[in-house]
Amino acid sequence: MDLKLLPVEASEVERAAVATIFDHPPDAPGTDRVTREGLQEVRARRHLLLPALHAVQKQVGWVSQGALNEICRRLLVPPAEAYGVATFYALLSTTMRPPRVAHVCDDIACKLQGADELCATLECRFGPPGTPSANGQATWHRSPCLGLCERGPAVLFQLAGDAMDGTVAPAEVADIENVLNGATVPMPPAISTPQTTGTRDPALCLLRRVEACDPASLVAYQAADGYSALRRALEIGPAEVIAEVSESKLQGRGGAAFPTGRKWDAVAKAPATPHYVVCNADESEPGTFKDRVLMEEDPFAIVESMTIAGFAVGAEQGYLYVRGEYPLATARLEHAIRECRSAGLLGPDVMDGGFCFDIDLRRGAGAYICGEETALFSSIEGFRGEPRNKPPFPVEVGLFGQPTVINNVETLANVLDILLEGGPAFAGVGTERSTGSKLLCVSGAVERPGLYEVPFGTTLRTLLDLAGGIRGGKRLKTVLLGGAAGSFVSPTHLDTPLTFEGTQAIGASLGSGVVMAFDEGTDMRGIVLRIAAFFRDESCGQCVPCRVGTVRQEELLQRLARDGARPSAEAQLLDELAQVMRDASICGLGHTAANAVQSAVALGLFEGPTDE
Amino acid sequence: MSDEAKGQTLPLVEVTVDGETVRAPEGATLLDACRAKGADTPTLCYLETLTPVNACRVCVVELEGSRTLVPSCSRAAHPGAVVHTDTPRVRHSRKLVLELLASSVDLSLANGDMKRWMDYYEVDAEKFGPSSASTAAGDRDGRRPGHHHAPDGKTAETVAQPVKIHDEMYIRDYSKCILCYKCVEACGEDAQNTFAIAVAGRGFDARISTEFDRRLDDSACVYCGNCIGVCPTGALMFKSEYDRRETGEWNELQQRVTRTVCPYCGVGCNLDLHVQDNEIVKVMSPIDHSVTHGHLCIKGRFGWQFVQNREET
Amino acid sequence: MVDPRRTSSAQWADVWLGLDVGTDIALANAVAREIITQGLVHRDFIEHATTGFDKYRVAVEPYTLEHAEQITGVRGEMIRDLAHAYAGAKKAQLCWTLGITEHHNAVDNVLSLINLSLLTGHVGRSGSGLNPLRGQNNVQGGGDMGAIPNKLPGFQDVENNQLRQKFERAWNCTIPQKNGWHLSLMFEAMERGDLRGLYVIGENPAQSEANVEHAIHLMEGLDHLIVQDIFLTKTAELADVVLPAAAGWAEAEGTVTSSERRVQRVRKALDPPGEARDDVEILCELAKRFGHDWGHPTAEEIWDEVRSLSPMHAGMSYARLDALGGIQWPCPDEDSQGSSYLHGRLWKRPVEGRLAPFSVVDHLPPADELTDEYPIRLTTGRRLDSFNTGVQSGGFQSPLRRAETLDICESDGRRLGVADSERVRVRSRRGVIEMTVRYTDDLRPGLAFTTFHFPDEAETNQLTNPTWDKKSGTADFKATAICIEKIKLAVGTGG
Repeated sequence: MDLKLLPVEASEVERAAVATIFDHPPDAPGTDRVTREGLQEVRARRHLLLPALHAVQKQVGWVSQGALNEICRRLLVPPAEAYGVATFYALLSTTMRPPRVAHVCDDIACKLQGADELCATLECRFGPPGTPSANGQATWHRSPCLGLCERGPAVLFQLAGDAMDGTVAPAEVADIENVLNGATVPMPPAISTPQTTGTRDPALCLLRRVEACDPASLVAYQAADGYSALRRALEIGPAEVIAEVSESKLQGRGGAAFPTGRKWDAVAKAPATPHYVVCNADESEPGTFKDRVLMEEDPFAIVESMTIAGFAVGAEQGYLYVRGEYPLATARLEHAIRECRSAGLLGPDVMDGGFCFDIDLRRGAGAYICGEETALFSSIEGFRGEPRNKPPFPVEVGLFGQPTVINNVETLANVLDILLEGGPAFAGVGTERSTGSKLLCVSGAVERPGLYEVPFGTTLRTLLDLAGGIRGGKRLKTVLLGGAAGSFVSPTHLDTPLTFEGTQAIGASLGSGVVMAFDEGTDMRGIVLRIAAFFRDESCGQCVPCRVGTVRQEELLQRLARDGARPSAEAQLLDELAQVMRDASICGLGHTAANAVQSAVALGLFEGPTDE
Repeated sequence: MSDEAKGQTLPLVEVTVDGETVRAPEGATLLDACRAKGADTPTLCYLETLTPVNACRVCVVELEGSRTLVPSCSRAAHPGAVVHTDTPRVRHSRKLVLELLASSVDLSLANGDMKRWMDYYEVDAEKFGPSSASTAAGDRDGRRPGHHHAPDGKTAETVAQPVKIHDEMYIRDYSKCILCYKCVEACGEDAQNTFAIAVAGRGFDARISTEFDRRLDDSACVYCGNCIGVCPTGALMFKSEYDRRETGEWNELQQRVTRTVCPYCGVGCNLDLHVQDNEIVKVMSPIDHSVTHGHLCIKGRFGWQFVQNREET
Repeated sequence: MVDPRRTSSAQWADVWLGLDVGTDIALANAVAREIITQGLVHRDFIEHATTGFDKYRVAVEPYTLEHAEQITGVRGEMIRDLAHAYAGAKKAQLCWTLGITEHHNAVDNVLSLINLSLLTGHVGRSGSGLNPLRGQNNVQGGGDMGAIPNKLPGFQDVENNQLRQKFERAWNCTIPQKNGWHLSLMFEAMERGDLRGLYVIGENPAQSEANVEHAIHLMEGLDHLIVQDIFLTKTAELADVVLPAAAGWAEAEGTVTSSERRVQRVRKALDPPGEARDDVEILCELAKRFGHDWGHPTAEEIWDEVRSLSPMHAGMSYARLDALGGIQWPCPDEDSQGSSYLHGRLWKRPVEGRLAPFSVVDHLPPADELTDEYPIRLTTGRRLDSFNTGVQSGGFQSPLRRAETLDICESDGRRLGVADSERVRVRSRRGVIEMTVRYTDDLRPGLAFTTFHFPDEAETNQLTNPTWDKKSGTADFKATAICIEKIKLAVGTGG
């Protein structure tokens, strides 16, 4: 194959940006007889594609033809494929874009906190999303959930050049204008965990160090039990570590609730090598922000728990895939990784324990689908973030086709306590089938939105009380459990215990731990339409049921909302769509894309007079 | 087949398809088993010569023990698998997949198999409402991932767009594209290793594209035509066919197909010459032939004109 | 991948060895020496199936990695890696095209590769072997059918009385007992005046021969020239009689044999235009005028005659060719599925038939020497969408096709003061033509490339060297010494 490049050269700035991801200068063209790399080497570094695109996007503000050319030349990736990858991610732009961009969240939690009004004002001042400002230096876009639901409306600033990206929440119009006009992103202190203010609940495990320990200090982390879990792991050996995790009955906290011990055991025993550990920190489920808080406030815990996973399953390399919309978490994790490397806690001889483990941090670039584990692998490998068919499962064929443990951030964080207390003790908390404690992302119409840690089995009512009850003394209309992929439940289910089995019993799921409350006055149609739009936006497009089904679902809901006509016919079509998406889609996105919509229709949340 | 492989028989696995026991060689897929049993299993993105992408989902079957339906084209037939191909659930998904495609894509030139399946599953392309109007040239190619304009619910969105005609070899009518990935695979690792096209964009806005939607003659395209050879819906077409269709001179009933061998190099690719009125109007290659499995190069695909230009010279 | 140019294949190869043109034997011998000195040879195979190993071992002894590096320009360590990869592979094939055979020492080049396969036992087994990749759909078939001066159909020696007499009996005629002339010898015979008449079928020597000017001159001097072709080619323009023919692949029935020895049927899809006729019809008609009525045999009848005389084709009935998608010879009877590889006999113990000989071959530089006057090596080749002199491929408009160019690397261009797209004069010891320069990354300094697809634009074969390999008759198209001259503006320089 000819690598046919575009007849467009990169600028010096673009070339320099691409060069930052390589540790050697480019080959001199043409003249060499032998030293060019072969296909195998070329394939082996394809995973640098997304980092290269990020580097250009960050430095220049968009990926030009020349920049893409330079990336393709250095990585020997066909330009059509690189373009296919670049156009997959919302945070990358393949058309000229102003250097300062505000991504304003208009997703469900922020909607409840004035996002629509904020967007309307921005539209008046700046024009529709994507319009460059008068000086061409700034623009704004609407964004799906930014994971700052406890204090919306939220904004993410993507700033080209040396300025730091950042988020602001809650954001005022003035904040956005200031940053778009050149100010740095303000970083006011914000606390996401009400339980850590005032009298601290001594029962907190996962939140133990949050607000109590400097997230930038390895010393502070070590003083607060940090690295005692890894020390114990080294003492008892990989098999015992896996035994403890199995006995703890820990289940994945990302939404699928798969037993972690079984995953680890399968990878540890997989004959193919190398093995990989991947931490799924691509938290993008609307309404979810738990992993962000852990990463921002307790980053060393993620590094330590990944290291334990690597030790247990015989992996020498870990990948930490962090959502592109989480600049603060990224910065803190990168810092933590560097610190651990210098302290010998990562590297060729971890803790002088004779094993080798290191972590590469990779950033997503604006694609909800990449939270799906196989899509995440594709993304790391430098391909479009399209999910793969399962089986084979990641424990057999995962990242780079190798046996891979992939765990959610919160899941891994639990491992530390399991090693310190022992598996059985961990299993003693919660219920028989849902062990330990759970982080719940409480947002919406409550007095004190935030991240709460409660033992499994706590009822929905208790949790909402903990969050101060419904704001303004209003009546609760419904709760969205589990995020956009979850479902709406009626206030009659307030005594449901928040466990995997308890939520399942009422036809819902705990999902990623979203508990979003809506009061009587909420325009539920707008919320449901936003969820439908979200899935239409975030479908990767690979399989027909999801690619077209999510479009038809949104159209049908619009029709129901506008016309109110033939409701029974539309409802039946919605059910037909739901069934094909659930039955025949490739991945969880399609399987769950109709959950919230169907539950809303079933609860009558979509009925009532039209707005007009 | 190599001589070493000859005579060796793979061990068989036993699976149950619609209550009947089927023996399939180890490594066979559920689709192989279904077809061995004679179940007319629809496929769109599947082709024997390409790596299954299992993207269309029309071949789904019910596999006992599996929560969702499974794509038969890529699921290995494991011993003891119990498969149902004609349950209400299966029929529903197949029908809906076809309806979702029919409501969003122009299937007027889809191959005969597809038409048969559409009839069998009683596809109603109109059930989601009237089709949206065609987009302007370049509109879909410029769409960004992320937010889209909210639909009004009055029409069902389609991929309709103007035909791309940039040279005398191909036309690309992406109004007819079901995004089966076959052309991308044939251009890439499964046959040509040219990688001139890939899937770009996301979700419903995903499309087959060169880098930055450049013209094919500016891209890495080598005009092997293998993408056209595998396209099931007529989205990719030889200009020679397109022009005749436009002028009403395309008449498949009058065409004769003759198999011969390419006049150029020594590979021995088989050509199926489609001849109408003593003129070659299209060149294909049989996918079940061991020499190149249906793939050709530019010379085999387009190099035939010289036999027809002779009276002028 | 071994190629002086960094071709598409070289770009995607795991390893590319960009040797200097015409140094293949040095490379092969160095690979052999490394395999031998490192004990990587296939001892059992050499012992039982070959002859001449000891002589060969001694002959390759001087080809150290360092010495080969000096000759080929390829780093010694890469040659070593190649040797180890080839010897260590479970299965390995050597495939080549005209880069090996269009040299003045073409046969030696091939022998040097055969040696490697014997050394390692990479021959005579499925997945291993030696594969010349043919450039035309029926080069192999031409040989199969005896269109070479020393063979009758089925590679049966003309000079073998028993075999020749078999044909004489079948055909009821006398066949000359001596081998005939190959193409290069024919031109020499024309030069001497020994060859006065020529019947050319489907070949265009007036454009494809090396030193084409001279070839045309010789053909013009013939008493009689007949050309049978589907086009009025440049050669046909010189002819006394032109016989318009049908296109063999689409306007007539018959068979062709591909590179892998697969015989396949071609079929008539179109009626030939005008007065053009099937080759068989023309030949039979001609025979009739000479007084031999061969009747009107069908292609299948002729093929069945081939099967009756050529044992390797005996099992290939039309019905079986259809059913099996072509058959690879040898296919001795109707029970045979054909043979996907040859020389399996070398693995029988004892070996059936003749043992395979090692051949001592030595590096010889290209005949057309590089000097200060002609410092640049021009190698010719093909481009994807074109074919030979363009008689066929010129019939379609390829978007990939651009005007013919002389490709050089940018640094050579700068050194010579020649810009990209500049018209230059290209001179060899035989001729001079004007061409347009194109810069490319695929070439290194001192190496130039072009094709002979567009003789009307650039008659490349005015430059090439007609020196031919005495064993194969192939001319040295791949290694021409040239110089590139700026076309000076007509301004007096006072010099």
